[in-house]
Amino acid sequence: MKPIITAKDLCLWYGSAQALDHITLDIPENSITALIGPSGCGKSTFLKTLNRMNDLVEGVKITGTVTYAGKDVFATDVNQLRKEVGMVFQKPNPFPMSIYDNVAYGPRTHGITAKKDLDQIVEQALRDAAIWDEVKDRLKKNALGLSGGQQQRLCIARALAVAPKVLLMDEPTSALDPISTSRIEELVTQLKDRYTIIMVTHNMQQAVRVSDYTAFFLLGELVEFGATESLFSQPVDRRTEDYITGRFG
Amino acid sequence: MTSKKRTAFRWTVRLLMWTATALTAALVVALVVYVMAKGVPHITWELLSTETSYLYDRKGILPNILNTIYIILAALVLVIPLGVGAAVYLTEYAKNKRLVAAIEYAAEILSGIPSIIYGLVGMLVFSEFLGLGSSLLAGALTLVIMNLPTIMRSTQESLKTVPQSYREGAFGLGAGKWRTIRTVVLPGCVDGVITGCILSVGRILGESAALLFTAGTANNLNGLFEAMTAPGSTLTVALYYYAKEEGEFEVAFAIAAILMVLSLLINLAATWVTRHFQRRKAL
Ligand SMILES: Nc1ncnc2c1ncn2[C@@H]1O[C@H](COP(=O)(O)OP(=O)(O)OP(=O)(O)O)[C@@H](O)[C@H]1O
Ligand SMILES: [Mg+2]
Repeated sequence: MKPIITAKDLCLWYGSAQALDHITLDIPENSITALIGPSGCGKSTFLKTLNRMNDLVEGVKITGTVTYAGKDVFATDVNQLRKEVGMVFQKPNPFPMSIYDNVAYGPRTHGITAKKDLDQIVEQALRDAAIWDEVKDRLKKNALGLSGGQQQRLCIARALAVAPKVLLMDEPTSALDPISTSRIEELVTQLKDRYTIIMVTHNMQQAVRVSDYTAFFLLGELVEFGATESLFSQPVDRRTEDYITGRFG
Repeated sequence: MTSKKRTAFRWTVRLLMWTATALTAALVVALVVYVMAKGVPHITWELLSTETSYLYDRKGILPNILNTIYIILAALVLVIPLGVGAAVYLTEYAKNKRLVAAIEYAAEILSGIPSIIYGLVGMLVFSEFLGLGSSLLAGALTLVIMNLPTIMRSTQESLKTVPQSYREGAFGLGAGKWRTIRTVVLPGCVDGVITGCILSVGRILGESAALLFTAGTANNLNGLFEAMTAPGSTLTVALYYYAKEEGEFEVAFAIAAILMVLSLLINLAATWVTRHFQRRKAL
């Protein structure tokens, strides 16, 4: 498999506290990679490094390299990078504007203004995020009026509308009920033909159900990375085994 | 202390607090009733719609009403961009936390300075040094400086309540800092700007000292643009002028009644805006 994102010897410090310790990892294209590990092990930190959301945090120091499509992400224009490497957050965070404007926000940001084009992009993104039928009659209504699960799918639509290549998802279902969760899992598996998805999850079953590859983090280190099936059935590292069998974390 | 003494003590304290509360309430009511009773009967259409003329022995406060509106408009037009701009810079861009804290502290102090000092400085800087003379513009500029801290602080407080997740959402879509602020952050802090404006309008309505120095006491009827370069008195200044210089207490009380109603309306507006936006935020 061809890697689309590559991290090499990636270390990251928040002030003097090290959160990532020499992470080296290749993310295969058009697949779903799950990041698992106990709380505080650096999964979100790693994810946010890939689209440089850590730039917003003060006192962050990074060494090592991250490349996206062969280019050093720290040397590319950050807005262009985030257009190609989109993000869905743990808590649904639609903007306090209409459903339509939420989805159109990204395309408008990147210079698409013609109403005809926007209409088409918005509809396609909402269809791809499996929420079109629920919202097509209320596109002009405030997005904050949607349910939590709908809001999260709207946020996925909003991310898809800028046509990213990679979608980073940080525990996208942890704030949702079981039904919304399974809808989003289903959605994610459908999206992998066209997108590369990297998803943090605390839910082992979810990792097994949806992901092709799994990376196990512990205390800022990448302990093990491999095909989900083999990682869960024959873990190489003792610590991975302990974790996936529920002996800690 | 025996328990009897303690009970007596408790009752005394309670009685004192009661008296204090009753006295305060009575004072407010008495003041409002007194001003209204002396002022309202003299509010006539002629008073509201004409200018004072010694030739026809007529009293009119239309110029003062207009001057008040002009000076509020001029001050707000200048102070809103300045105050909002400063607030956005301090909360969203400034890196040096110490400098930000120092500026915020200075703003607190500025809003506590007696307004007559603003008047003095305004007169020297705007009227004399910049050569604006005694004019509504010099007055408006003085008011801008007086109200800048108010607008800045209330915008800042409101900016801080805009959830970080909105900013992250916008950045995550590849929006730049300015676009994020313009489209996601600023719309979320309109309430702070409006609250600041209402407070400022209330303050401008009640201002006399700073304007006596800078805008003068003339009572001529002017259009917006001539008014800016001409001296002119607002309602509050006119109140002072009619009472103190002319002994025209009927006019003075009529103005006082009008000002009281206006400040009541402004308080209501402030409460309404706060509640309206709180409800929207809770959604
Ligand atoms: N903005 C920050 N400033 C300082 N330290 C941080 C910051 N964000 C995270 N950390 C620290 O970095 C470490 C890794 O945090 P991170 O959020 O990446 O963990 P995580 O694996 O995502 O945990 P969880 O499963 O609980 O979300 C933790 O020790 C955390 O306290
Ligand atoms: Mg996390």
